[in-house]
Amino acid sequence: MTRLTNCRSIAFSVLIAGLGIPMAIAAPLGLPPVPIPDDNPQTEAKIALGDRLFHDPRFSVDGTISCATCHAPEKAFTDHRRLSEGHSGLLGTRNSPTVINSAYMEELFWDGREPDLEGQSKQPPVNPVEGGLADIGVLVEKIRSEPSYVEAFKAVFGVKAQDITADHFADAIASFERTIIAGDSPFDRYQYGGDESAMSEAAVRGLEVFRGQGRCVSCHLIEQTQALFTDNRFHNIGVGFKTIRGQEAEIARKFLEAKNAGADVDKTVLADKEASELGRFAVIEDINKVGAFKTSTLRNIALTPPYMHDGSLDTLEGVIDFYNNGGREKETDPVTPFLSGGIRPLNLSDEQKQDLVAFLEALTSPEIASQVPSTEIITGNTGDQQP
Amino acid sequence: MSQMNRRRFLRTGGAVLAASSLPFSVVELAFGQSGPEDFSFAFISDSHITHIKGDKFVRNWDRGMIQAVAEANLLSPRPDFVFYGGDIAQLGTPEEIDHGLEILSGLRGDVHHVMGEHDYYLDLGEHWRKRIGPDHYSFDHKGVHFVVLNSILTYDEWTHRKWDTPMQRMKEMARLDNPDGSPFMVGDSQREWLRKDLANISKDTPIVVMSHSPLQKIYRGWNFWTEDAEQVQELLKPFDKVTVLYGHVHQIQYNQIGNISFHAAMATAWPWPYPETFVQEASYLPKLTVEMSRADPFFERDGTGWQFINMHTGDVDVHYALPDNENRVVAFNEQQDKPVDSLYQDESKQIPPQDHY
Repeated sequence: MTRLTNCRSIAFSVLIAGLGIPMAIAAPLGLPPVPIPDDNPQTEAKIALGDRLFHDPRFSVDGTISCATCHAPEKAFTDHRRLSEGHSGLLGTRNSPTVINSAYMEELFWDGREPDLEGQSKQPPVNPVEGGLADIGVLVEKIRSEPSYVEAFKAVFGVKAQDITADHFADAIASFERTIIAGDSPFDRYQYGGDESAMSEAAVRGLEVFRGQGRCVSCHLIEQTQALFTDNRFHNIGVGFKTIRGQEAEIARKFLEAKNAGADVDKTVLADKEASELGRFAVIEDINKVGAFKTSTLRNIALTPPYMHDGSLDTLEGVIDFYNNGGREKETDPVTPFLSGGIRPLNLSDEQKQDLVAFLEALTSPEIASQVPSTEIITGNTGDQQP
Repeated sequence: MSQMNRRRFLRTGGAVLAASSLPFSVVELAFGQSGPEDFSFAFISDSHITHIKGDKFVRNWDRGMIQAVAEANLLSPRPDFVFYGGDIAQLGTPEEIDHGLEILSGLRGDVHHVMGEHDYYLDLGEHWRKRIGPDHYSFDHKGVHFVVLNSILTYDEWTHRKWDTPMQRMKEMARLDNPDGSPFMVGDSQREWLRKDLANISKDTPIVVMSHSPLQKIYRGWNFWTEDAEQVQELLKPFDKVTVLYGHVHQIQYNQIGNISFHAAMATAWPWPYPETFVQEASYLPKLTVEMSRADPFFERDGTGWQFINMHTGDVDVHYALPDNENRVVAFNEQQDKPVDSLYQDESKQIPPQDHY
């Protein structure tokens, strides 16, 4: 628990209330107030319970996988792997996104298949390639059979052991996740704090590229008083195309047939590499959303390699080259027919690309950086299979 | 897919559609005495493939067409065929027509083509006919009589004026608000052909007419217009149920004149009218003369799209697939006896036009 101290202090420094009493979370520089759902108010006890649940590996079939396995505080709440590894060394199909600032997301998971953190948190424990529990009832039983949890759930939710549900588990974890908020980066101090020296000259030039020729800001939004660096929308930017190239129609047809027959989307997309690449289409069946994935935030991006929904790019330089080539790693690669109309070749110079990297590095929050040892940021690591 | 499975799929697809207006549904067709049948077809139009030089073509127009082809191939159950609504080319050159046809060759299933003015006025349709076939014809499909017309002809005096070059004629016809332009028409001989073609069709057979220009008069300066529209409509009047589908206008339009429902196709290239856009690189858009509500200029496909058509008891439901925008459905409403937009028909849901500031 100690390793979380720094992170918790970010949010807790502005908490004003004690156990059981709803409280507000003020936002750090550059971020709006944290949206808190009416039916799941923040309390200190609930947050503490969520913190404990988040780190508890018992909610997996072999007792090895917790939320923190793939969302480790010392890895900026990611796992620094291309694809996340569940129980028994099983690989999923997607790169672990950071939990930092996930409180602001309008939809959860890369394909937005859950509307909120509460819904999201119930899926991984029962996904066959993540926690691997047979069903959510097993999870509930594990809580009910641990006296210290029974006590804590009673204190937080006022329920007896037999009345504990997965929703209580989800509420507590979501409450904890809503405290993992980080702004106040050099960019925030430059943009919103009036400190013109907060960013390097290269980063300032990079911001101009970001807003101009780089066309980044159209999806990674910077607004007048805040910057979430996401539009909360879904775009096909060309990532993952190689996996399903030319087979999209057949994969979509098979997926929809299985879905109509009752197949679970969460389980299918994390187990089936091809179905995974259908992206947002798998959730809403919109023909315009094949291969579209959620715009991820760029805050603390320098601390969360590798990149993209499939972890296929190791470095920020690689990401910028990918965009500069109009949605492909190499200029000679084919372009997906489903490519978003926002993606096109950018003709950036080498200096512009370097400046962009400098800008992206200026999006790191000091509180997060201080928790992530530099030895933890190893790109192209892990020996995972190349997607 | 077996018939049983197909039906189950159709119903499921319908439920999905009702929930979220997705273009992924087929409604059953049930009319006439020959028993219920249902079918759909895709409708792609106005790609304006533009040759720069050598093997270089305007990327943006290529991408719009490529995306429509890829998405149409996803339709399940498969559409029975695809209509291409004309203006495959920008200046009617063999390079442009061939390049467009190469992209369309990725479509699964048969394609029926309509002649657009951009395909015609360079060589008066010679290369187009050589590659594609006749420019007006009819066929029957599952109880519906389909008619394809070449509606972009004009007065012979204009067509055969003493032009410096054929390209001059092409560019004059492409120009908007052109005082030296000339209105589109189906023409006497084609109307006579149509009269004979329809003579033996029973009046309760649903008719679908495909043309490039609207067979109704909207705006003459841009040839959103067919000079002999009323005469064509007169030939269609005796039938219980007629639908005209057209391209050319690059936007959603729908109308009801008597027994005839009209629907326009989105272009895969650009929206008309269209907004001024980022001038970050050379623009190939024709000059703006009328303002419109803005499409998002960042997303090059916003304001474009393609559509697929469900035939349902002889009525047409048009499903617009609109990348980076909200998909739309304009469906024939039996109570109101006209096409109705499923989203925006209700006045309280309409979005007022924006001004540019």
